[in-house]
Amino acid sequence: MSGGVDSAVAAARAAEAGHDVTGIHLALSRNPKSYRTGARGCCTIEDANDARRAADVIGIPFYVWDMSERFHEDVVEDFITEYAQGRTPNPCLRCNEKIKFAAVLDRALALGFDAVATGHYAQLRTGDDGLIEMHRAVDMAKDQSYVLGVLTQEQLAHSLFPLGDSRKEDVRVEAERRGLAVAKKPDSHDICFISDGDTGGWLQEKLGERVPATSGEIRDHETGDVLGTHEGAYRYTVGQRKGLRIGTPAPDGKPRYVLDIEPVSGTVTVGPREALTVDQVTGSRPRWCGTVPTEPLHGTVQLRAHGEEHRATVTVDPGQAPDGGDRVEVELHDPAQGIAPGQAVVVYDGTRVVGSATIIGTDRRERRTA
Amino acid sequence: MTEPTTSGAGRGKVYLDHAASTPMYPEAVAAMTEQLTRPGNPSSLHASGRAARRVVEESRETIARAVNARPGEIVFTSGGTESDNLAVKGIYWARRAVDPRRTRILSTSVEHHAVLDSLQWLEEQGADVELLPVNRCGRLEVDALREAIERDPGSVALVSVMWANNEVGTIQPVAEVVQVAHEHGIPVHTDAVQAVGQVEVDFAASGVDALTLTAHKIGGPLGVGALVVRREVEMVPLLHGGGQEREVRSGTVDAPAIRGFAAAVEISVARQREYAARVAGLRDDLLRRVSAIVPDAVLNGDENCSLTHRLPGNAHIQFPGCEGDSLLMLLDARGIECSTGSACSAGVPQPSHVLLAMGNDDVAARSALRFSLGHTTTSADVDALVEVIGPVFERARAAGVASGFSMADLDAAAKAV
Repeated sequence: MSGGVDSAVAAARAAEAGHDVTGIHLALSRNPKSYRTGARGCCTIEDANDARRAADVIGIPFYVWDMSERFHEDVVEDFITEYAQGRTPNPCLRCNEKIKFAAVLDRALALGFDAVATGHYAQLRTGDDGLIEMHRAVDMAKDQSYVLGVLTQEQLAHSLFPLGDSRKEDVRVEAERRGLAVAKKPDSHDICFISDGDTGGWLQEKLGERVPATSGEIRDHETGDVLGTHEGAYRYTVGQRKGLRIGTPAPDGKPRYVLDIEPVSGTVTVGPREALTVDQVTGSRPRWCGTVPTEPLHGTVQLRAHGEEHRATVTVDPGQAPDGGDRVEVELHDPAQGIAPGQAVVVYDGTRVVGSATIIGTDRRERRTA
Repeated sequence: MTEPTTSGAGRGKVYLDHAASTPMYPEAVAAMTEQLTRPGNPSSLHASGRAARRVVEESRETIARAVNARPGEIVFTSGGTESDNLAVKGIYWARRAVDPRRTRILSTSVEHHAVLDSLQWLEEQGADVELLPVNRCGRLEVDALREAIERDPGSVALVSVMWANNEVGTIQPVAEVVQVAHEHGIPVHTDAVQAVGQVEVDFAASGVDALTLTAHKIGGPLGVGALVVRREVEMVPLLHGGGQEREVRSGTVDAPAIRGFAAAVEISVARQREYAARVAGLRDDLLRRVSAIVPDAVLNGDENCSLTHRLPGNAHIQFPGCEGDSLLMLLDARGIECSTGSACSAGVPQPSHVLLAMGNDDVAARSALRFSLGHTTTSADVDALVEVIGPVFERARAAGVASGFSMADLDAAAKAV
């Protein structure tokens, strides 16, 4: 229970369904003030108190579990390391994979609980083969199946998402009806451990010591000309337009976007919007919700948290990833723009989540044939 | 939970957290509620005011009698935290005002946060705070205190050492502390919140200059306490206003709460010997039976459980391989209420500073539970705990491994006990 409206209503529904429910708030920092301040996120004393009051109203026991060390190691450190290597990770997926449905679930099972219920918007149902399937939420605007795409069958078998069949506005109305004070609390967004939302500034502080040569050149993708310099490659992400601060305008007068980040030299390559377009995505470290696809799968993929769906053909090449694991090749039938390594590609078959992989490269057929 | 609750269901809670707060005596409830129906500010000059004032003064006399102090030495406060703040800050400020060289405060590393955090704040204001070490039982090494004082006696403003520790129940050598400090004319404050009603506390005979008391640990109401302080001890007030309570603690005096407080002090002190014998017997029974079921369990604090060494109701037990939080939750689900004894301001569990000061590592410090028995505890409560502790321990140990204890941690925990 984060202290927000979704987990509060999820807990209330689970209790009403007859489950023996205990509310758990995760302490993700030893010093709650060091992370997000204000009531927008999930890491403050105020949020813990909101969660406690919700548990009181629902009538369930409530405890705070200290997951600060695991969270720091598996999510925050991972986030920093990934950025230092020029990738753009999604910490929410990482948290679901390593904390909520791993460390918390393991401890809960050992303590005698059967499942972890969260306020995520996604639906679970049992398929014809007896496996648990995860589907997109009814409310597509709130659908969170993307950040849950890392969950395996075993994790799904011990998960409950009581809000998957509801619309967000109905959840708020229900919270009001149930007398939960968090009914009107604003949604949390951005990254919960970066208090002011300034990811660049936060990373600069964290990476300052680890990456001594933070400055680098900004180069044109075709001519290779140096267009300017910057004070840290981690301030950029593929597809970014703002904040490049290049003095000379492009010859065609069109805006330029970040196309590539080379972490060792610190070189940031920029070019026109068209150059961002990719139709081939390669992933590694796949996580499958059910069985591993053995045949090319004609479905859709989602490439960022609230991104659109792209029709795609997905092929798994066992043992072909650079790390020795399975490689996932995604051929996009609808091209995508601004896809950064480190992001997750989540594969869907209709509304069903098939699995996910971490993006390690992108390409464009046109580029290959040229 | 998949496991049925075997105990607690249908027969109320088993309350083993009396050191956090103990139920009020019915006599204290009656005394307090009667006073709640009467009007009047004790500072008013008319008949109602005088009547309220009379209740406050009679209560003051009752409390003074019970702890062997003079009525004028009782300063009513809002409880233990305020009394500790008033003693530590008030005496320090007054002593330093007389002689600016007096910048040192000597205390121990196992004090309650009301003292420790006051000291830390004073340190930020320029005080020199020295927290003296304790031994493995949590008992102050008096030689360390002597050495610290004799290094420069003229610079010590105050010594503050608790009478008995709230977590592990260790009784501190207060008489020796007073002897050493008074050789150099240094005043001594003691936090006796956990001691009064549990062991014999005689203010005059102890020689301490200031003593903290609170009502809700002895069967009185929450939100009221006292600082028992010798008349000649100067203090700078924390609260300014109407000048009540010797002009060191302004604020309208809470006559109903004070009346309940006085009733509780009177009863708990009058019954102390009989209480201590009975509760220590239950505690010893609990320790014996728990360690028979969980042979790995280790008693924290002083192994000598006599009243000169350990509070009669305290059983602080380390369960190697478990997290105290898991144990607490599993027991709570079975209707048994106890404490991890850790500071918990935001509900974020921190390893206990007391256990760390006693030489435990982080893992060992997180594996402990405090059971504290009190005046309502019966042998049935002990039976209920004994009934469930075996499976609860096994389950918490499994969860401890699941939540990331490596085998190295478990080895370290095993060595530390």
